[in-house]
Amino acid sequence: MSGVDKWINLTALWQIVVVGLLAGAGLPALFAFGLRFLNMPAGGRVATAGAGAGPDGHHHAVAGHENEETVYGGNSMGLVAACVCFAVILAAIGYGIYLIVAGA
Amino acid sequence: MTKDIIIALVVVVGLGFDFTNGFHDTGNAMATSIATGALGPRTAVALSGVLNLVGAFLSLSVAATIASGLVQTHLVTVTVVLAGLIGGILWNLITWLFGIPSSSSHALIGGVIGSTIAAAGGHAVKWQGLVSKVIIPAGLSPIIAGLIAATGTWLIYRISRNISDGARRHGFRYGQIGSASLVSLAHGTNDAQKTMGILTLALIANGSLPTGAKTPFWVILCCALAISLGTYLGGWRVIRTLGKGLVEIEAPQGMAAESASAAVILLSSHFGYSLSTTHVATGSILGVGIGKKGAEVRWNVAGRMATAWVFTLPVAALVGAGAYGVAAGIGGLAGVIVDVLILLALAGYIYFRSRKSAVSHDNVNDEWTGTVAPDQPESVAA
Repeated sequence: MSGVDKWINLTALWQIVVVGLLAGAGLPALFAFGLRFLNMPAGGRVATAGAGAGPDGHHHAVAGHENEETVYGGNSMGLVAACVCFAVILAAIGYGIYLIVAGA
Repeated sequence: MTKDIIIALVVVVGLGFDFTNGFHDTGNAMATSIATGALGPRTAVALSGVLNLVGAFLSLSVAATIASGLVQTHLVTVTVVLAGLIGGILWNLITWLFGIPSSSSHALIGGVIGSTIAAAGGHAVKWQGLVSKVIIPAGLSPIIAGLIAATGTWLIYRISRNISDGARRHGFRYGQIGSASLVSLAHGTNDAQKTMGILTLALIANGSLPTGAKTPFWVILCCALAISLGTYLGGWRVIRTLGKGLVEIEAPQGMAAESASAAVILLSSHFGYSLSTTHVATGSILGVGIGKKGAEVRWNVAGRMATAWVFTLPVAALVGAGAYGVAAGIGGLAGVIVDVLILLALAGYIYFRSRKSAVSHDNVNDEWTGTVAPDQPESVAA
């Protein structure tokens, strides 16, 4: 409706919502995947997949990780996958900054 | 000579506004990181200050459009700009005192519109531009930001559910630093430009610059420094409300909130909408409260904020109009000086009131007890 267009640019709005979801929700999700890959234990399987929390709340039964804060689980394939995720994120951010510098 | 003094005063007041803009908005980028401990309070405001400084230089597409889309710029005089800035500053200070995150952009716009109306009448305002470029985006942007933040939060918690809490917190704290930095950068590119645009307008109105001139480098430099310094001093009262008063935030939520904010701010300015970073940040923070099951959202605090937002434009406009009335009524340099003195007196009083319930880097993260400053026997708003 041309009446609405005078007040709201629906095309821009639509694009902001969609790209906003991809970047604003998608990139953090990708980051979460990166952490998850990083967290994979050396055995190659995702720790306690499907098992959920045990009675004491611990999610890992991995030997040698007393420090609960350590994100890196010891899996080198996981490390590679995580780096790919983080690289994509950095590239996206770099592109965002480029857009700022290049102007609207 | 008189003209020179007046324009000098206007520039100083303009930088003063930029300064209040800085400390009012620090929280938008850094409150969530401070609340979760991803960054120490002083580190956070220092980082944000530096990034705001960098950001202010990054984007050269200056928002003289902040004025040209809203008022008939040929009707804007130096006194109009001064009065508008005063309106913006006072609203910023009052909301800061009560720890209410509110839009500095709207405060500035409101002040300028009020003083323009007082000077030239209602026809000088481009009402359709105001509604379609300021008011409607102001209403939509927190909702969109909240939606994105809620989605991001839900996704993050689902994807990372098998990571131990400590590890997840550790990882997302790094994420927070990145996303909060991006918001600070985006803020520097957006908000510093607004004051630069207004001051350029004043300089053109004064005849110091030809019509349609670009912003001089010294204006860019001074505005960048002013907003960066304000950011570094940190509006702790507002940071506290955003970080502790609305939602109790964990590291993953913090990252989701700032990422959503960064995305909305950057995308909107790409499309030419000059948004309120405060509205976006608040919407995001509320969104992460909604996106995580069991998160507590203090809707009464949110409600107070929404009320303040609705009042921002009209009240800043009234103050701007009043300031114009005083300055124009007395006339000339004397009028300008009286305006500035009143501004200083009121600012001093507000600052004095704030000391009674001081919030600073060492108590900004204390438990929320219902008032801006922790452990106060009675609310500051009383």
